[in-house]
Amino acid sequence: MSTFTPSDARETAETVAWAAAEGRALEIVAGGTKRGLGRPMTTEHVLDVSRLAGVVTYEPAELVLTVRPGERLAAIAAALEAEGQMLAFEPPDWRQLLGSSGEQTLGGIVACNLSGPRRLRAGAARDFVLGFSAVNGFGETWKAGGKVVKNVTGYDMAKLQAGAYGTLSVLTEITVKTTPRPATSCTLALAGLDDEAAIAALARGLNSPFEVTGAAHLPARSARRSGVGAVAGGAAAVTLLRLEGPPASVAWRADALEALLGRAVRLGDAETRAVWRELGAVAPLLGPGRRVVWRLCPTPSRAASLAGACRAAFDSAEVFYDWGGGLVWLALDQAEAADDGGAARVRAAIAGMGGHATLIAAPDSIRAATPVFQPEERGVALLGARVKRGFDPRAILNPGRLREGL
Amino acid sequence: MIAMPEPDRAVLARRAEIVAALRTIVPGEGVIDRAAELSAFECDGLTAYRQPPMVAVLPGTTAQVVEVLRYCAMNGVKVVPRGAGTSLSGGALPLADGVLLGMGKFNRIREVDVANRCVVAEPGVTNLAITQAVEGLGLYYAPDPSSQIACTIGGNVAENSGGVHCLKYGLTTNNVIGVELATIEGELLRFGGKHFDASGYDLLGAIIGSEGMLGVVTEVTVRVLPKPPGARALLIGFASVEGAGACVAGVIGAGVIPGGMEIMDKLAVEAAEAFVHAGYPLDAAALMIVELDGCEAEVDALVAEVEAIALENGATSCRSSRSERERLLFWAGRKAAFPAVGRISPDYYCMDGTIPRREIGRVLRRIEAMEGEYGLRCANVFHAGDGNLHPLVLYDANKPGELDRAEAFGSAILRLCVDVGGVLTGEHGVGVEKRDLMDTMFTEIDLAQQQRLKCAFDAGGLLNPGKVFPQLCRCAELGRMHVSGGALPFPDLPRF
Repeated sequence: MSTFTPSDARETAETVAWAAAEGRALEIVAGGTKRGLGRPMTTEHVLDVSRLAGVVTYEPAELVLTVRPGERLAAIAAALEAEGQMLAFEPPDWRQLLGSSGEQTLGGIVACNLSGPRRLRAGAARDFVLGFSAVNGFGETWKAGGKVVKNVTGYDMAKLQAGAYGTLSVLTEITVKTTPRPATSCTLALAGLDDEAAIAALARGLNSPFEVTGAAHLPARSARRSGVGAVAGGAAAVTLLRLEGPPASVAWRADALEALLGRAVRLGDAETRAVWRELGAVAPLLGPGRRVVWRLCPTPSRAASLAGACRAAFDSAEVFYDWGGGLVWLALDQAEAADDGGAARVRAAIAGMGGHATLIAAPDSIRAATPVFQPEERGVALLGARVKRGFDPRAILNPGRLREGL
Repeated sequence: MIAMPEPDRAVLARRAEIVAALRTIVPGEGVIDRAAELSAFECDGLTAYRQPPMVAVLPGTTAQVVEVLRYCAMNGVKVVPRGAGTSLSGGALPLADGVLLGMGKFNRIREVDVANRCVVAEPGVTNLAITQAVEGLGLYYAPDPSSQIACTIGGNVAENSGGVHCLKYGLTTNNVIGVELATIEGELLRFGGKHFDASGYDLLGAIIGSEGMLGVVTEVTVRVLPKPPGARALLIGFASVEGAGACVAGVIGAGVIPGGMEIMDKLAVEAAEAFVHAGYPLDAAALMIVELDGCEAEVDALVAEVEAIALENGATSCRSSRSERERLLFWAGRKAAFPAVGRISPDYYCMDGTIPRREIGRVLRRIEAMEGEYGLRCANVFHAGDGNLHPLVLYDANKPGELDRAEAFGSAILRLCVDVGGVLTGEHGVGVEKRDLMDTMFTEIDLAQQQRLKCAFDAGGLLNPGKVFPQLCRCAELGRMHVSGGALPFPDLPRF
């Protein structure tokens, strides 16, 4: 086993071309914080792209940032903050959830299409990728998209590349759209709602014209784990709605939302930042003991019944909701989840609710034994396999990371 | 003129048999083969290109769509899907040896789901009809191409259409959450739904904007948004286009993302004002329309901020809408700009490049200089916030040589867009129109990779051939590895 550490796109292409010729599989890493995400692989070599780092261009007035994939997320966030901007999809920090350390990179976030609480309103990582350069499984350097905010020239390959977990091409340069940072933020916290009532309240908030940019619900057990006093202190379930923007606008919308939904506690800017960071990091489920964690994306209005079905199936089930119910995080005791991580019962629960269940945090043995990502309909799966062959016919790029044989 | 693929004589020779077979799938008037009636389909919004199809089929059910595609796949017959035919890039230009598959009968909204803020619609539903179906609930569908009264959501999916609000609210791809797609092999597949994100490859993202080359969309699920509590539009006049361009950069740079930010040059303003009487200032060299939305306190603050930036950049006039009626009137001129230009010229050719915003002034000056070089006038209307230009090259198709000159002028503009760091098309699609310019942006390898995606969906190349790619490659050749084991650079494992 060797680790290749190319310093530029050309060396990356040479390495992949060699691997393609020899039929040697490569695991693609940069910060290595998400190696425990997806199916475990048995690759011969590691392609470490962390030296492909640095900002290529950043033009705040164009809202366009081009970086190499190994650029650290923390450095990007600092550079953007200095210009009053941000990545609106709010990349989450899953290091604690995945039990990893090291530095997250933009390449990893884009490859896994990971988005935080603001995904609900702003869109996912995939919606912000304007263009990229990459090396395909033939060892060819190619590019798609552009460096402007509006572009339909050719197929939208960026969407395909985001969330492909490195199985289609190795990114060597990424252009993303940046967004002005809101001047301030505030969170309304409603106490004591049951799950069903909470999801309905979040929907009312989201259907209102008051621009809710975060909509989550913590049942009492997970609320207690929050590091934010106003959330943890009440010993009750907490329903959270975030507002962002200029101070006068946020204050006006907070009043309007409270008139709509009833009395709420208001969290200021610092507490708001802290609590939504926690939610992105899945902190409310990071309890003691050995757990497996699932990420469920149902039809939002079905979220509470989905959680109910999970609770009926598992004594140890603990959940919280984000994206107005469009995201349900589920933790199970490993012992109860058993060999398949609970997959059979979790997927039975989500069947018919439209959507998908992904096993996020679990030991390698469980992730190797069960489909980590939601199994696709046969026709879609066959199409996906044909797409993969068009990018990486010898299956040398992260083989098996998404699915067996892909 | 751009050449379309040579018609397949064998297919043409079987025309009667093909028409008869299609009639067994779609009975009655759903199959059109009379020349007089086929001429209705001979072009889309890119009227310089015309070609009646071999036969037009207007299916009424999804099962019929599937059967037609399956028949065409088995018989090697090409298929061109069509919505309302408003494409400005020739995306729905028929083929002499192809079936034109019109999806106009799919015009029902299947579901309005308020709790999940989405609408499930058939592909032939117009863009505006979706907003109309939910506006009573305080919701709307954000992408709003100027043709929204006519263009269909299926066509929007094919072209990844934009509109004046996409700077803040995104293009079609950011607002469509699910589709049902019939493949050329006659399989019905679902991508996405009412839930967030995909598990596995984001094929929904690849399908949107694929210009009818990957499959035929038979159902679309879109996200709808709450209407902002308020919105006001500003009409700002500038003595120079550079001033207007600098103002755009200033507004975005100050962290303001307007709901819409448009610029029209003097010629476009004159045409629009004569047509719509929106009260546009006729003395300005460039007119900017900026829409700011949100709650009243926010709109007030943003209006003041934008006015200040405009004055710093040499604005000569600035008016704010005082009522909803006036706001819509300000937009009416902009939305009618294309037909308005159509009134002052027998024909016009609409371009669609996107450039970095900082280049707006320079590019407009260069286009002005080109007017002399090509002997044609050009009116400019554009989505300034996105840097998306719509130069309208005015010509008269009845004057010998003018169409060719207009096309050459248009190509020169698009090359200029790419030269300054931009792209060929921001929202209209490549289609036929920009097909042969693809190599200004992409290498052969880039284009081959895109075509390998096409091959995964349509290995026979039967769906909308002749569009997007300057040369269609055979899928078998694209799949070949151009490497041989062991012969490549690393005898030992290299460590960079």
